[in-house]
Amino acid sequence: MKLITAIIKPFKLEDVKEALTAFGITGMTVSEASGFGRQGGHTEVYRGAEYTVDLIPKIRLEVLVDSNDAEKVIDVIVKAASTGAIGDGKVWSSPVDNIVRVRTGERGTDAI
Amino acid sequence: MEEVVINSGDTAWMLISTGLVTLMIPGLALFYGGMVRVKSVLNMMMMSFGALAIVFVLWIIVGFSVVFGDSLGGNGIVGDPTQFLFLNGLDNADAAIGTIPAAVFIAFQGIFAAITVALISGSIADRAKFGSWMVFAAIWATLVYFPVAHWVFAFDDFVAKTGGWIANDLGALDFAGGTAVHINAGAAGLALAIILGKRVGWRKEAMRPHSLPLVMLGAALLWFGWFGFNAGSAVGSNGTAGLALLNTIGATVAALLAWLLVEKIRDGHATSLGAASGVVAGLVAITPACAAVNASGALIIGALAGALCALSVGLKFKLGIDDSLDVVAVHLVGGIVGTVMIGVVGVDVGLFNGGGTEQLIKQIIGAGAVLGYSFIATLIIGYAIDKTIGLRVSKEVEVEGIDLKLHAESAYEMYSSSRGGSSL
Repeated sequence: MKLITAIIKPFKLEDVKEALTAFGITGMTVSEASGFGRQGGHTEVYRGAEYTVDLIPKIRLEVLVDSNDAEKVIDVIVKAASTGAIGDGKVWSSPVDNIVRVRTGERGTDAI
Repeated sequence: MEEVVINSGDTAWMLISTGLVTLMIPGLALFYGGMVRVKSVLNMMMMSFGALAIVFVLWIIVGFSVVFGDSLGGNGIVGDPTQFLFLNGLDNADAAIGTIPAAVFIAFQGIFAAITVALISGSIADRAKFGSWMVFAAIWATLVYFPVAHWVFAFDDFVAKTGGWIANDLGALDFAGGTAVHINAGAAGLALAIILGKRVGWRKEAMRPHSLPLVMLGAALLWFGWFGFNAGSAVGSNGTAGLALLNTIGATVAALLAWLLVEKIRDGHATSLGAASGVVAGLVAITPACAAVNASGALIIGALAGALCALSVGLKFKLGIDDSLDVVAVHLVGGIVGTVMIGVVGVDVGLFNGGGTEQLIKQIIGAGAVLGYSFIATLIIGYAIDKTIGLRVSKEVEVEGIDLKLHAESAYEMYSSSRGGSSL
């Protein structure tokens, strides 16, 4: 089992969600995040004083998948989140030891 | 005083003006509150509300008497504090001042004292102990505002026989408080920012305004209230009030445009904070001049104030003084522009409007005297408070947030509100 984590542009969330649902993913966790990469920050000016704002708002999306689906799910996310411009984000996968569905107590891939 | 008949039109306008002026306190609280970070917005707003309360109490006890009582020794420095102690003889329905009830005049002028003190708080955002601020407000009002207001606002034979030296002996014109209110508060803000020192992380971390809509709303409420401040200073419902009101719009819109123009050229963007700041700069500058100039004079004063105040906001970085919300650039610079420009464009008295240099020199002396006295007296008062009860919060309180640490509150629920707030 794998945990797929994606950092994407906020306005791409709807596209990614739709693509994942179309692929057959039935659940995900989304949170607001902020950070920076090659895009860097931006500057704001208040009463003539310039402030460099390093952190840019992003969306962090997490999906638990069967190991066999991991590569395909990553492809789906990358395709849906891409604009070709700098700051599109990153997607990565990490191994997951176990998953438990709280309501039923099901374990492993049954709990996905 | 006894023979004067109370005029109902004048009284009605002054009752309304007093309400308008009082609205400037929450207006200022919002204007300042929006400009600070989330962690100190409540403290910022509390300094305005606190100043109103403590200063108006003092106003009733002794302040009115120090401002409008007979000049002690007849030298125009300070009014007799015992003459109207606890408003002796004036706090009834029959006493009159001018053509209005004494009670209305007292209330109207009392808010001037409160707003002047509240203005100072902009230079010490995020880092002053609230209790010490209240002590400062009381001492500063007593030792600085009350005497200076006597100099400027106490005309001979109006409330008492002998008044202040700037109004009567010098003859500098200050209709609604360019010197007594704005230069006074601006110089005090500068002194207090020097005593208090820079905020932790000043110039290193972003100290962005947390809510510009609040700043815009605050500026709008200040503007609305300022009609009472300026047009109400006519102490009557008459043509002078009308002219003051017209100029209070003309100068303000000119300043708004000038501030934005400076920003566009200097920074590349016309900002909402610039618009709000331009509004206040224009209001400040027209305050002393609103009855002394015509409409084109008001446009000139407003445009000049908007540009000069916008250019002055960078000075604090060069000088290394954390005047957090630019009390100096807006109120001191704006107050000086308005006061001095009466000597340039004032009808019949201005250098370019039928007068010579005589009035201009009077205006400069009046402005300089208030600036100098307020700055030095505030340095002494601030230093004394700092060395006794302490003026500044600890670094821990400042970094974690003065709202939470000092007032045990936070301004906003900072979590997702989709389910009615966080359970964290």
